[in-house]
Amino acid sequence: MANFYTDTPELKHHLNHPLMQRIVKLKERNYADKDKYDYAPMDFQDAMDSYDRVLEIVGELCGDIIAPNAEDVDHEGPTVAKGRVTYAAGTQINLDAARKAGLMGMSMPRRFGGLNFPIVPYIMAADIVSRADAGFENLWGLQDCAETLYEFGNEDQHQRFLTRVCQGETMSMDLTEPDAGSDLQSVMLKATFDEKENCWRLNGVKRFITNGDSDIHLVLARSEEGTRDGRGLSMFIYDKRNGGVDVRRIENKMGIKGSPTCELVYKNAKAELCGDRKLGLIKYVMALMNGARLGIAAQSVGLSQAAYNEALAYAKDRKQFGKAIIEFPAVYDMLSVMKAKLDASRALLYETARFVDVYKALDDIARERKLTSEERQEQKKYAKLADSFTPLAKGMGSEYANQNAYDCIQIHGGSGFMKDYTCERLYRDARITSIYEGTTQLQTVAAIRYVTTGAYLNQIRAYEAQPCAPELEGLKARLKEMADRFAAVTNEVNELKNQEFQDFVARRLVEMAAFTIMGHLLVQEATTAPELFAKSANVYVRHAEAEVEKHFNFIRKFQPEDLDNYRK
Amino acid sequence: MSLRIVVLAKQVPDTRNVGKDAMTAEGTVNRSALPAIFNPEDLNALEQALRLKDQHPGSTVTLLTMGPGRAASIIREGLFRGADNGYLLTDRAFAGADTLATSYALSMAIRKIKDYDIIIGGRQAIDGDTAQVGPQVAEKLGLTQITYAEEILHVDEAARTITVKRHIDGGVETVEGPLPIVITVNGSAAPCRPRNAKLVQKYKHALTPTEKAQQAPAYPELYEQRPYLNLVEWSVADVDGDLAQCGLSGSPTKVKTIQNIVFQAKESKTLTSSDADVEGLIVELLANHTIG
Repeated sequence: MANFYTDTPELKHHLNHPLMQRIVKLKERNYADKDKYDYAPMDFQDAMDSYDRVLEIVGELCGDIIAPNAEDVDHEGPTVAKGRVTYAAGTQINLDAARKAGLMGMSMPRRFGGLNFPIVPYIMAADIVSRADAGFENLWGLQDCAETLYEFGNEDQHQRFLTRVCQGETMSMDLTEPDAGSDLQSVMLKATFDEKENCWRLNGVKRFITNGDSDIHLVLARSEEGTRDGRGLSMFIYDKRNGGVDVRRIENKMGIKGSPTCELVYKNAKAELCGDRKLGLIKYVMALMNGARLGIAAQSVGLSQAAYNEALAYAKDRKQFGKAIIEFPAVYDMLSVMKAKLDASRALLYETARFVDVYKALDDIARERKLTSEERQEQKKYAKLADSFTPLAKGMGSEYANQNAYDCIQIHGGSGFMKDYTCERLYRDARITSIYEGTTQLQTVAAIRYVTTGAYLNQIRAYEAQPCAPELEGLKARLKEMADRFAAVTNEVNELKNQEFQDFVARRLVEMAAFTIMGHLLVQEATTAPELFAKSANVYVRHAEAEVEKHFNFIRKFQPEDLDNYRK
Repeated sequence: MSLRIVVLAKQVPDTRNVGKDAMTAEGTVNRSALPAIFNPEDLNALEQALRLKDQHPGSTVTLLTMGPGRAASIIREGLFRGADNGYLLTDRAFAGADTLATSYALSMAIRKIKDYDIIIGGRQAIDGDTAQVGPQVAEKLGLTQITYAEEILHVDEAARTITVKRHIDGGVETVEGPLPIVITVNGSAAPCRPRNAKLVQKYKHALTPTEKAQQAPAYPELYEQRPYLNLVEWSVADVDGDLAQCGLSGSPTKVKTIQNIVFQAKESKTLTSSDADVEGLIVELLANHTIG
């Protein structure tokens, strides 16, 4: 009877951000679909009401079906026989319910049977689903692949494949190979053109493929014989109905056990090219990964929420020394920081999602007509913000999910170490979030350029210029000092012009930016909804300030020659 | 061939989540303190109807509910899940109906609907728990009834028969009946499917005339363009009802008094976990044949 959307008012607050007005207008093309589709919105209010109502369905599905199934799914897991995967019973029930609720293809245009939702409500659904069962969020989140197929496939492919996704067929992105993980340039799966059948044929092995027995696969393969780098790779669509790909094994994982992680064998599998040759990695997979990273950021926030909820309930219930343990400073300190990290990473998630929404909607309009010069500038601005914020949202969100899962067990004490409580599953499920779709270390690599070019600092200064509630001015002043410290050490590192040193302190620099940005976002949220965010804003800025100070000291006192003590 | 299915549904106070203020001082249900919900077993019935619609393309599922104006939300909930249309029986003269008057009103409405193959509802409503309305409707319409249904296994449209698995003490039995038929569904049947995202968006503006009169609709032009957004209300006169058989006047059930029963622990005793206490308890329970 629980509803995971309505029981968390922070979600609706994020949904109702002022930028949504612009996003919905772009996404709905001035509400032109209202005369063509009986479920299209009449205007902005109507669209927002629809998002709210559909998220209520998601919340109910999560509270009544997906969350209650999560434990059994975790224990049972999927199985493989004769090359095919069978989901755990609970997973199948979840999928059927999601299909019946018409929630697949949420962000796809209506002409393919989608709901044409912006990224914000779509990502919010991922956040809610992940709280219920992070492993199931993987299957749900692979709707992202449809986004890539939509962006780079042709109209004929859209009609054939996207309609199926909107009806509930699942997708996978087949990228990783035994010798190509973080380094996707090394992908070797071979694509050869079959002149006789006028199609491509795929041969080779893929590993660690989430939902690898899906209906429709996007596959990264080497189409240019003799090449060895990313420029020889293209993206292909493999349709399971054609056959030729078998699941050799599924991994026995630590967490997200309901999500089948497959090793795939391609034996002359028929496939078709998606987009242009040679752009597979450098353009399409990069776009795919950015979408997927936002999805993992949402998965992380959902896990953080679940960990916080479990810890809070236990701390209220558990009595020691004659009172509930939540009354002890050592415990409420942990709980408030958990909540602050949750609220901070969620604020960052939706800020990023809004940036993605604006630029993607404009990208899509550009397929129909030429953008005006104002629109082009807007597109460029938000694309850059989205690119710079995505690695922060994924990197920080996943680290916070891990920290919150750890603290959740800590609050449970000895009981938390037993298999009887949900917190141990959350702890195992959270662990992957800072690894897949690019480790935290790789998010740093993606983010550091926005430190050195000053992009983060510019955005921080823009936040500083925004008004806030008078009682929050003190926090804002502290955030300004944090930004000054960040600017100072960034300059020092830039001036040294020592690449290895920069790489070494990169994560600390990126985190300094992220702490400050999340602090500002919470000050903004606390300005519009103090009842929801004032405490977290206070707790978070204090926490972030201490972290910034720590990094500031570390970097300032570090000399390039100190690297010798670290090198192995 | 397709099936015409009528689902009987009732809006009830959610007695499953009862708080302190659920009962008034007089011992009646405090309806304002309890959220109004779709009677749970009626949702099980709706699911069976929707499955038939999935299996027999072209079939229609029509909701029929009786209640005050706000019971219109039951029809919307049905539309959100895949029903095609619905009727709200609402009239002051229907108020205070017991099961006899309710089944009379419903049967008159079903006669007005006229074309039906299957009438299906929940076994009972959680506010009254009588399980009488479904069977009474069948009697009034002179139809066969199958109660405690757990799953509709098959409908043979050519032979006009339906095969149903029904829940009985200690197991299940499979029975066959002729169409048209009345079926009441047990809570052990499959849960109802969730609301559908597209249908919610399609039907969210659907309103009854009363609702439109109470609050100006946000998009008044829609109701002409999209007739399905106009929910239908029926009064006693609309279903050619006999006033004497409706509402309070048609209800022989008279509630004399209502007693608020509070379970209290009497003759309770406290045991410690000592071996002696546990042994004493076992001896006592064996002696009075509670165990052994």
